[in-house]
Amino acid sequence: MPVIDVSGVSHDYRLNTGAHPALRDLDVRLTESRVAVLGANGSGKSTFARLLNGLIVPTTGHVTVDGLDTAKDGKEVRRRVGFCFTDPDAQILMPTVEEDLAFGLRRHKLDKGQVAERVEAALVRFGLVDHRDHPAHLLSGGQKQLLALAAVLVTEPAVLVMDEPATLLDLANTERMRLLVEALDQQVILVTHHFDLVASFERALVFHETRLVFDGPPADAVEAYRRLVL
Amino acid sequence: MTTIGLYVPGRSVIHRLPAGWKLALLVITAAASALVRTPVAVAASLLAVLLLFAVARVGWRTVLAQVRPVLWFAVPLFAFHLVVSDWRRAVQVVGVLLALVLLAALVSLTTKVSDLCDVVVRAAGPLRRVGLEPERLGLLVALGIRAVPVMVTIAHEVRDAQRARGASASPAAYVLPIVLRALRHADRQAEALVARGLDD
Repeated sequence: MPVIDVSGVSHDYRLNTGAHPALRDLDVRLTESRVAVLGANGSGKSTFARLLNGLIVPTTGHVTVDGLDTAKDGKEVRRRVGFCFTDPDAQILMPTVEEDLAFGLRRHKLDKGQVAERVEAALVRFGLVDHRDHPAHLLSGGQKQLLALAAVLVTEPAVLVMDEPATLLDLANTERMRLLVEALDQQVILVTHHFDLVASFERALVFHETRLVFDGPPADAVEAYRRLVL
Repeated sequence: MTTIGLYVPGRSVIHRLPAGWKLALLVITAAASALVRTPVAVAASLLAVLLLFAVARVGWRTVLAQVRPVLWFAVPLFAFHLVVSDWRRAVQVVGVLLALVLLAALVSLTTKVSDLCDVVVRAAGPLRRVGLEPERLGLLVALGIRAVPVMVTIAHEVRDAQRARGASASPAAYVLPIVLRALRHADRQAEALVARGLDD
């Protein structure tokens, strides 16, 4: 499994009203294949997720993925760490399903045949074959999230970071997402409010008011989270 | 949901024609449209375009969807030419306009955006010398097309939210949330572009 090191990390968002802390004094090493991230809105968990593939860089401290610093080697880190957003509409960049899957492969310098092969495999794996030429915006919410996930996985990242991927999904699609995530070979860091999604995970982190306040098994993490917010 | 200018899958001759050819023919036809002067020629042009839609096996509902957005402009234009000129001139101007809009729509309905982008990238190749990246230009085209249904959805959601809250029909109250949500969407999309490797 890849090794993600977060050492001495704090992050501030700079707004007109000054610097607003989003994450404080974080030291954590992730080596497990399944890591859940829990916490209330504004607790810092989405900031933590974005730090892992260099979408944002820490104000202080360092984040490394297999020794690659997200601040210095952002491009290389993003090749290894795929990111799945809450809102698939923002993540889907091309008008049709097949085109969107192929888009992410541009940076991999593959020939047309290899791209077609990988896209076909992704269409089959995610049950999107019949929607190959379908306009992406006409897909259902569940299908859009599947497409967003497929578009990340088609690039074969070593790590998959998911920021509340089930927020817009119904019960059936959430369960489908759970099974898909369970079957992945990648290391998965999953930010969520859906405790069922992460019940089988090896480790869970709980963030509260910009700090990591719990690090342990998911069942205990959920209890800790409940005590904090209820 | 909008169906304006969206790719309709198919295997017709028009679908299989290379994107570059289709765009070149569109440009040539647009230039040649200046020669269409009589009502009979206008009718023949419109008929020919509709025939092309039939060859491409695009349904009539989709054809109508392409025309509807330009009617707000075409109808006043027709009336204007009726007043300042005569009915022949009105038919010529509006008829040619509709024929060209339909023809352009036929190109986008039968061509994948990625194929159109490849043409744009190839055509913009020489601009590399002046520092412009053709790939980015191609991406810009793709994102522009992708933005159309997103903006339509945002507009519908804002309208529904206003109705649900019984808000007034003030244009500012309609436009402002649309602009704000569009900017928010643009921010998220920029983040997704980086996450998906655009900075490579």
